[in-house]
Amino acid sequence: MSKIVDYNAYPDAHGRFGNYGGSYVAETLMAPLAELTEAYLRLREDPAFIAELDRDLKHYVGRPSPIYHAERLSKHVGGARILFKREDLNHTGAHKINNTVGQALVARNMGKTRIIAETGAGQHGVASATVAARLGLKCVVYMGAVDIERQKINVYRMKLLGAEVVPVTSGSKTLKDALNEAMRDWVTNVADTFYIIGTVAGPHPYPLMVRDFNAIVGREARAQMLEEYGRLPDVLTACVGGGSNAIGLFHAFLNDAGVRIVGAEAAGDGIATGHHAASLAAGRPGVLHGNRTYVLCDDNGQITETHSVSAGLDYPGVGPEHAFLKDAGRADYVGVTDNEALEAFHLLARTEGILAALESSHAVAQAIKLAREYPQDGIVLCNLSGRGDKDVHTIAAREGVEV
Amino acid sequence: MSRIDRRFAALKAANRTGLIPFVTAGDPSPQHMVALMHALVDAGADLIELGVPFSDPMADGPVIQHASERAIAKGVGLADVLGWVAAFRQRDADTPIVLMGYLNPVEIHGYARFAQEAVQAGVDGVLLVDCPLEESAVLQPLRDAGLQQILLAAPTTEPSRMAQLCGSAEGFLYYVSFAGITGAAHLSTGDIAVRVADIRARAKAPVAVGFGIRDAASAKAIAGFADAVVIGSALVDKLAGATGADEIAGRVRAFLAPIRSALDAH
Repeated sequence: MSKIVDYNAYPDAHGRFGNYGGSYVAETLMAPLAELTEAYLRLREDPAFIAELDRDLKHYVGRPSPIYHAERLSKHVGGARILFKREDLNHTGAHKINNTVGQALVARNMGKTRIIAETGAGQHGVASATVAARLGLKCVVYMGAVDIERQKINVYRMKLLGAEVVPVTSGSKTLKDALNEAMRDWVTNVADTFYIIGTVAGPHPYPLMVRDFNAIVGREARAQMLEEYGRLPDVLTACVGGGSNAIGLFHAFLNDAGVRIVGAEAAGDGIATGHHAASLAAGRPGVLHGNRTYVLCDDNGQITETHSVSAGLDYPGVGPEHAFLKDAGRADYVGVTDNEALEAFHLLARTEGILAALESSHAVAQAIKLAREYPQDGIVLCNLSGRGDKDVHTIAAREGVEV
Repeated sequence: MSRIDRRFAALKAANRTGLIPFVTAGDPSPQHMVALMHALVDAGADLIELGVPFSDPMADGPVIQHASERAIAKGVGLADVLGWVAAFRQRDADTPIVLMGYLNPVEIHGYARFAQEAVQAGVDGVLLVDCPLEESAVLQPLRDAGLQQILLAAPTTEPSRMAQLCGSAEGFLYYVSFAGITGAAHLSTGDIAVRVADIRARAKAPVAVGFGIRDAASAKAIAGFADAVVIGSALVDKLAGATGADEIAGRVRAFLAPIRSALDAH
């Protein structure tokens, strides 16, 4: 790549990241999206809004999150130093809260009284229910019936926080169907309802807005690297489902040409088996959920059912900015299987005393692979996007343990 | 003049309101799809909207979602839909056909290839729900091949945008009667009448009203101020589970005949 690209220049005014993104929605949503875009572009420059967001991130979310040198894990692997950006230490246990705190403030500024959200693993649902409770807004969370079964603890957490959890039984009964159903609710209740999308997908301005609210992760990490290590990492890695934690870490480093970027997608049983959720590694450009991006679909254009042990990565599309970064050659996206993620989960637990979320365990597995490629003074910075308490039952069941 | 334009001109000359039934291609039965299309015309359809099944129909309610799921489960794809249109055209050269659906199946098929095959099969227009005017540059090969792009207008559409839609409309402009999904119940005809009168005065094409029309009474209420009415979910619901060409045709007749009479009597 000889052409110098300013990655901060994307998306354009139409929400396009090169060939990807845009607003592929029914006419009824064009006006609400225009209203949201206008409000968000105004608020992101508004000093009072920024100050309130910063206060919430500091006092409510618990930012900044540290970067942590996993010395025993690094030693065990025997390669470069592995550093974790500890998003698992945030309030509610994942990076998702960065975005929901921001969007809830946008909702309140727009005078909306009802929050809706879709959720896969339940982390975004919990984070949405949390901010809705705090601001006194009504909250309805759409969740696939399959995901409700495998993330029972998060379902109960949402209910404790006062949210209504609506099971979605159409299609594959997972995250993509929850997103369809939330979109249908929004189109029906646009007057009083704000739709908090949990990932960097959906129509413009969501990929921009969700990225902006999560980009705090990379901004902090970049400053922490310079302050604590006097240098930038050699390589970044994060798991990619819709891609919000990944773009959150990556964005501040996109213009640092010397920093390599690798996203870890869910390869499920292995990409060759067809049972996976690796949209970038194994999909093709298409249109889903309001944006053009890489999707997993058959030759008739039907979106295919995905598989991953982690509900949060079980999604047949991906944020359009990732599609753009892939085509631009700025980031590579590779698959990590269920078994590799579980192995990394256990290794991290035993060497560092950290239970990572199954989603994040994909990134940990990729960090371990990358560490082997670099000398011992190299640095791999991995986004530990969430903690694994919610997954304890899934892991126990998979390993035949009764709890 | 396109087949759609000719049909609306004829309706206007006869002072009739058009009847546009929507059915999901491949439901209730792929084998009897062509018979179903002829039955629609026999029961009074002026134009047929054929839904191309899609796995993630974001703008549709449960009835059409489930019809899509049933069709997909039977392996129905775009090539089948085009095949049925071509077979229908062997006996009916006059009734316009609009394919309604979502962008991804067309994108994956390839725009140029789709355009050529659709025209060859006898398709007249496309209504791609998730392709608003702003994103419709990708549809240029379809326009070049002579397919008309049917645009949607909604109650939420801002005045400046409405002017743009009215100016760009071809074939007909599909006015979505309320902000919601297909098949929902509420319908406030007073509000719709005011909006549609305004749009008809400005649009370059006739205006069809859809969403929420389910029987003769609701069709008649709309007929007073629209060029055509679209009936989808209620019909798809009536057809669900029907087997055999005779049963399908019987249900079509029983459902559409009173609606046709109500439209003609208004």
